[in-house]
Amino acid sequence: MTASHAPVSVSPEEARIAPKPRLRRFQQASWDEKLIFELGSPGERGVLVPAADPSVPMPAIPAALRRAEPPALPEMSQQQVLRHYLRLSQENLGADLNIDVGQGTCTMKYSPKVNDQFVRDPRIAALHPLQDEDTVQGVLGIIHSLEQLLKEISGMDRVSLQPGAGSAAIYTNVAMIRAHFAARGELDRRDEIITTIFSHPSNAACAKTAGFKVITLHPDADGYPDIEALRAAVGPRTAALLITNPEDTGIYNPRIEEFVRIVHEAGGLCSYDQANANGILGITRARDAGFDLCHFNLHKTFSTPHACGGPAAGACAVTEELAPYLPRPTVEFDPATGMYRLDDDRPESVGKMRPFYGVVPNLVRAYAWIMSLGAEGLRAAAETAVLNNNYLLHKVRQIPGVSVPYAAGRPRVEQVRYSWEKLHEDTGLHSEDLGLRAADFGTHYWTSHHPYVVPEPMTLEPTESYTRADLDEYAAILAEIAREAYEDPETVRTAPHRSTIHRVRPEALDDPATWAVSWRAYRRKVLGEAGR
Amino acid sequence: MTRIGLVVNPVAGLGGRVGLGGTDGPDRPRVALSLGARPQAGARAAAALGELAARAGGPARDGLLVVTAAGPLGADSVAAAGLADRIVYAAAAGRDTTAADTAAAVRAVVAEDVGLLLFAGGDGTARDVLGALGNVHCPVLGVPTGVKMHSAVFAVGPRAAGEVAAAWLGRTGGVRLRDAEVMDRDEDALAEGRVTSRLHGWLPVPDVPVRVQQRKTGSTTVSPEAVGGIAAEVAERVGEGLLVLGPGSTTRAVAAALGADVSLTGVDALALRPGHPPRVVARDAREDTLLALGPAWLALSPIGGQGFLLGRGNQQISPRVLRAAGGREHLLVLCTEAKLAALGGRPLLLDTGDDALDAELSGHLPVITGRRRTSLYRLAM
Ligand SMILES: Cc1ncc(COP(=O)(O)O)c(C=O)c1O
Repeated sequence: MTASHAPVSVSPEEARIAPKPRLRRFQQASWDEKLIFELGSPGERGVLVPAADPSVPMPAIPAALRRAEPPALPEMSQQQVLRHYLRLSQENLGADLNIDVGQGTCTMKYSPKVNDQFVRDPRIAALHPLQDEDTVQGVLGIIHSLEQLLKEISGMDRVSLQPGAGSAAIYTNVAMIRAHFAARGELDRRDEIITTIFSHPSNAACAKTAGFKVITLHPDADGYPDIEALRAAVGPRTAALLITNPEDTGIYNPRIEEFVRIVHEAGGLCSYDQANANGILGITRARDAGFDLCHFNLHKTFSTPHACGGPAAGACAVTEELAPYLPRPTVEFDPATGMYRLDDDRPESVGKMRPFYGVVPNLVRAYAWIMSLGAEGLRAAAETAVLNNNYLLHKVRQIPGVSVPYAAGRPRVEQVRYSWEKLHEDTGLHSEDLGLRAADFGTHYWTSHHPYVVPEPMTLEPTESYTRADLDEYAAILAEIAREAYEDPETVRTAPHRSTIHRVRPEALDDPATWAVSWRAYRRKVLGEAGR
Repeated sequence: MTRIGLVVNPVAGLGGRVGLGGTDGPDRPRVALSLGARPQAGARAAAALGELAARAGGPARDGLLVVTAAGPLGADSVAAAGLADRIVYAAAAGRDTTAADTAAAVRAVVAEDVGLLLFAGGDGTARDVLGALGNVHCPVLGVPTGVKMHSAVFAVGPRAAGEVAAAWLGRTGGVRLRDAEVMDRDEDALAEGRVTSRLHGWLPVPDVPVRVQQRKTGSTTVSPEAVGGIAAEVAERVGEGLLVLGPGSTTRAVAAALGADVSLTGVDALALRPGHPPRVVARDAREDTLLALGPAWLALSPIGGQGFLLGRGNQQISPRVLRAAGGREHLLVLCTEAKLAALGGRPLLLDTGDDALDAELSGHLPVITGRRRTSLYRLAM
C-alpha cells in the first residue's frame, strides 16, 4: 500500500460515536421481463366494466373524439399487470429504495407520503380544469397562497405557477424578457443573452429557443464565473444574464450583486435560476441580490418530488415591472367578494405556457410541504442540507483519488462536484465506471452535465433528508469502490455484477435515429417491421 | 557555479512558415531553406536564456555557466544572451547537422552534471533527447521551436522556458519534477486521416503549472450536430468572402460541412458565396500564398488538450498573414464546448513569435461553439 491508500483518518471522538458502516451484501432482482406489449393474449382481461343502465341518459361523445378502431393495447389480467410492474420496480433504484444522494443537482429530498394523500384526496383528484371557477375556490386558494409564500421566499412581487418544469420556467422567464424588450422597441438591438458554463444548460437552450444569441462565460481559476469575461461580454446588445447561484459546483458566487450591477448598467435584465435554492432558503433571496426575475423547481427544493423526469412544476417570480408579461391566466383574489378567479384578460402576457393552470398535484404538495415547515423550518431545512453536504464533503475528500476542484478550503453550499481525475490517472478507470460499480452496492451517482468542465466528475447532493448513518454508509461505499479501483480495477471496469443496471453504449443516446420511445417505434426501428 | 545545459536543433521549425510540416529527415531542412525559411531555433533559445539571466539577476547571473555544443548547436545562442559557456561537443565541419549531433551533444552535456538541460526544438528533437538520455536522470525542459509540439516537455514559449528554468534552478515556489510525455505525430494514423500522436516515453520536467505546455490529446470525434452549427455560423459571418482554415479536426469538419475537400494538416483557403458551394482557392498554402490573398477571415481551432491557437502546426499563418487578414476582428476561433471544457480552464495560447501581435490578440475572445452560440474564452501569450 502506498501513502495515497492510507485509511480514512477518523478522530477518536468520531470513531466512538460513528461505528464503521457495514457494507451491504446487495443482490438485485433480475427478472428478464418482456415488454408489456409482448405479454398477454387475445381476449384476456382484468375487470369487466358493467354496461350502463339503458335508463341513464348518456351524453353522446362527439364524433371527432371517437376512434374508428379500438386502441392496440395489450390484453392482460390485473394480476399479470401488477406482477409485471412489481418486477420492473425491483429492477431499479428508486428514491425511496436507495440512499439517493448521488443524483446531484436534483435535490432528491424525502417527500412526505402524507402530501401524496392530500393529492389523492377526491377533493383534489376529482377536479377538472374546465370546472367553473366558483366550484374550485379551494384549489385556487391553495395556488394563490402558494404564490404569496414564494413571493416572500424570493422577495419578488408576482409569481406564476403555470410552467410544467424548471426548464419551462426558464423559458417563461426568457419569453418575458423578450416581451419586455419588444414592448420598448429594443428587441432588434438587444439580441444577446449571457449565461455561464456551470449554470444549468437549459438556460442557454431556452435563450436560444427564444431566438437570442447565447454567450457562455467560463469559470475563473477559483471556479467562480469570470467577472472579467462578463465585463467583456456585456454591451448594448445585452438583453439579459441567466445565471445559477450556487452553480452546479455548489460554490456560492460572492460577487453576484456585482454581476447584476454590471448587466443592469448595460441595460440588460437579470434572471436567477434558483433551482439550486435548497441551501439558501430563508438565508438569501433573488430580489436582495438585485435580480428582476427568478424561478424555482418545486419538484426539487419544495419536495414534490423530483421523480423520474416528471411530473414537475416550475415557479416564476418577477418584479412589478415585469408582471404584465406573466403567463395567463393569473389567479386573482377579489377582497370585495372574497372569491378567487382566473384572469385571462392580460393583453401583454406571453400567453399560455401549458394548458389550463400548472401541475396542480405538485402545487398542492409544495404548499403542504412549506406550510408544514413554516419560515423557521425552511431555514432549518436549508441549514441542515448545507451541514449534511459539508459533512459528506469532509468524508469523501479523504478517499484516495478524489479531489474537490476550485475554491480550495472553502465550504460548499448544497452540493459538490467532485473529480476522480487522480484515480483516473492512476488506474485508467473513468468516473462512469465507478458509478456503475456503485449499483452493486444498491446505489448510484451522477457525473455532471456535458461538457465535463471538471474532469471525471461526480456530483453529490445529500439534502436535509439523510441521516448521518446514511451519509457514512454512502461514503464507505465510495471508499470501497476506490480501494477496488486501485487493487482490483478489473472488477470495477466490468461492473455491475450484482445489479440489473447495465452498461449502455452512450453513442446511441446521442443519435435520435436509434431511439425507440414507443412500442410502435420499437417495432419499426428495432424489430425492423415495415409500415408502422 | 550553477551549470545549465543547452542543446539547439538549428533546423527545428524551419518547415513551419513554408508549409512543409516538420523537418525530421535529411532533406527537409534544405528544401525549407530553399523555399525561403529562416532559422529561428537559435534566437528562441537565446530568448529563453535571456529571460533566465534576467530572472536569476546579479551575482547568480555571473555564476551561471551554460554547458553546450559549438556554433548553432548552442554556443551561438549563449553568446547572443551574453552568458558564459563551456563547449563540450562540436559537430564535424563541412556538413549539415543531424539528429546524431543532437544525441551526441546531449550525452556530452549531461556528463557535465548540469542542473537542467534546456533543448530547443520540436517533437522530433524531444525524441532524440529521450533516446540520448537513456537511463541518465537529468531534468529537461523544451524551448518550443518546432512545428509539431505534441509533447508535454515544452514550456509554452521561449520566455516561459526561461522563467521555469529560473524557478527550477532557484527552487523558488516549491517547484518539483514531473514525468512529461514525449509524443510525436503518429504517421500511421495520419495516413488514415486521423490526427493523433504516439507516446514515446517520459522526461522529468520542472512542474510549474500553466507555464509548461500540456500534452495534446488525440482529436476526439467532433459531433456532427455541433460542427454543423459552427459551420452555419461561419458561413453567416463570412457571407461572401475568403475563408482561411487552419489545420485541426474542427476546422476540417467545418470545411466538410461546408462541402469543401481540404487537406488534413495544412492551411487551406476557400472562397465562400451564399447559395454556392465553396471554392478551394488554395490547398496546403504557404505563408506567401496566404499573404497574396489579402483581407480574409481566419478560422482557427485550438490544438487538442494544449490549447495552442497560433504558433503550433500553423506557422504559415504568420504575424504578417494575421495582420494582412485584418487582425483580431477577422479571427474566427472555432471549438466545440466539449473541447473547450477539456482545456480545464487554461487559456488558449498564442505564440506567433511577434510579442506585440500576441499582446494585441490576448484577452477574452468569443469562441464560436455553435450557431448563434459563443463562449467567451481567454487568449494568452
Ligand atoms: C440549476 C437547474 N436549473 C434548471 C433545471 C431544469 O429543471 P427541469 O429538469 O425541471 O426542467 C435543473 C434541473 O434539475 C437545475 O438543476
